[in-house]
Amino acid sequence: MTFKLPPGLALQKVDERIMTLNVGPQHPGSGHMRLIVQIDGDYIVACDPDPGYVHRGEEKMAEYRNYILNIPHLERPVIHDSCNVLYPYVLGAEEIIGIEVSERAKYVRVIASELNRCIYIMYWLAIYGIFLGHSTMFMWPAGDRELLIDLMEKITGARVTHAYFVPGGVRNDLPPNFEDVCLRQVNYFEKRIKEYAAIFYDNPILIARTRDTGVLSRQDAIRYGTTGSVLRASGVDYDLRVKEPYDVYEELDVHTNVMKEGDSYARSKIPWLDMLESCNIIRQALQKIPKSGSVRTKLKPNPKGKGLDSVYKRVESGRGSLGCYIVSDGKVEPYRVKLSVPSFRNLIALPNLLRGEKLGNMPSVYWSLNYWPVEADR
Amino acid sequence: MSTETENPNADDTSEVESPPKPVVKKPEIVPVVIPAFEKSISDKIVEKFGDKVEVGFVKEDRVRINVGRENVHDVAEFIRDGLNYDHVESVSGVDYPQDNEIEVVYHIGSYDDSSLARQILVLATRAQRETNPIPGNDATRLPTLRDVFYSVEFHEREVFEMFGVFFEGHPDNRRLLLPEDWADLPPLRKDFTIKGR
Repeated sequence: MTFKLPPGLALQKVDERIMTLNVGPQHPGSGHMRLIVQIDGDYIVACDPDPGYVHRGEEKMAEYRNYILNIPHLERPVIHDSCNVLYPYVLGAEEIIGIEVSERAKYVRVIASELNRCIYIMYWLAIYGIFLGHSTMFMWPAGDRELLIDLMEKITGARVTHAYFVPGGVRNDLPPNFEDVCLRQVNYFEKRIKEYAAIFYDNPILIARTRDTGVLSRQDAIRYGTTGSVLRASGVDYDLRVKEPYDVYEELDVHTNVMKEGDSYARSKIPWLDMLESCNIIRQALQKIPKSGSVRTKLKPNPKGKGLDSVYKRVESGRGSLGCYIVSDGKVEPYRVKLSVPSFRNLIALPNLLRGEKLGNMPSVYWSLNYWPVEADR
Repeated sequence: MSTETENPNADDTSEVESPPKPVVKKPEIVPVVIPAFEKSISDKIVEKFGDKVEVGFVKEDRVRINVGRENVHDVAEFIRDGLNYDHVESVSGVDYPQDNEIEVVYHIGSYDDSSLARQILVLATRAQRETNPIPGNDATRLPTLRDVFYSVEFHEREVFEMFGVFFEGHPDNRRLLLPEDWADLPPLRKDFTIKGR
């Protein structure tokens, strides 16, 4: 047969010693994603991630809807972190439409996005716990997460999919007496997550399973272009809230958590430290927020871009830097919306981390990447 | 009815003065200030490559360089070695059917150099667009930047399947997100339309 296979369908000959194993897409250890793993005995020789099982064409849909109608569907990739996913899109749309945001709205956004960051990390921590066989670590974060979900429900009216940020501010103001309730809940939440150290992070079994597995060196973390907790666990001091502060992060005191080890343990501890930092930021923001004022600048019904224009905005989400590239041609719909998501960027590290690891270490390495399959597929 | 009393309605229609027109404020023309640090970055590239590159814009924290496909690899190497950028954040394709071209945009950042932490260098290049694409086997081709920036690996695979831009020299030009048996147009091209829209 002279039929030429298109690039991408060429078959790979596998050695007799080496077995190919499909992990996923229905396997709970990989999320909605397939990992094609080649193993020699108990050791992983090669790993080929195959995402795309939850690809929903968000970027294509965004070309058909105007700047406001895009809001409810662009937050779907990560519903637990929906404020942070929308954040760069909203910042970009504001620049394209040309609209100012009031000071109070900026503080409300910071509070909402920090609450959302904690909600996301708690969900991730619950999954990380259960895949390491630690049932208590599944129950506790899943329960304590409710505290913050209740707060977000008070602000936005929805438990997970908020659609709260709009170009020009936020959808509605904080409820009356919110500052006191929020402060009380956040203080309790902080006290509660500090207890996780004793049961999880100082647990000798967890340390034995995650120390020195999947080590990512500082040099490689930079070369692969990883971001967020993966990058900071490898000793790179980079957090967009400090390096390129957006909205009012400039006025807040944000501390960047950095660890040098670069192993699964460090990658799983950084998000937990981030939650403690988020509690600090929320308390600062609650003190500094202007007590009154508008939270939403009025928009025309069908806002248009100013002409040929392109913006690239990025924020620090629960998983790392999240960018949004918007191209406008002066119509009511954006010409192109591209989400540059942290999960997709961190995925490139996975084959390199798993090479040479034991198969049993795969879940701990995979989930330590803070990977969210739906976000990577978009 | 006396003659003294005047019908207010009749009077209004004849003698009322038109209200003063609202004064339309003309928007003040703010002189565009080109930030100095960003200008120095674009100057270095222009100095090195002359008229092979074109500066798209120089804004706060963002510099855009447009370059032809034959020079994109050299420019990327200079950006890495001469300007200390070290990773690519995002690779986006943008389809322009009216120009018969597909634009590929690299957003390049730096972790190591703290003076560049805020900066994003936007490197844009264009590939020829085919009306009836055969992804991988037509003229829609660009040189890969994977040997310059390792981090573009999955991003370029995504652009290949979504726009049909084949990256020459990329070691792994397979589908990533789409199903293996996808037999339609590359879906993010403008001529692929959503049903009912």
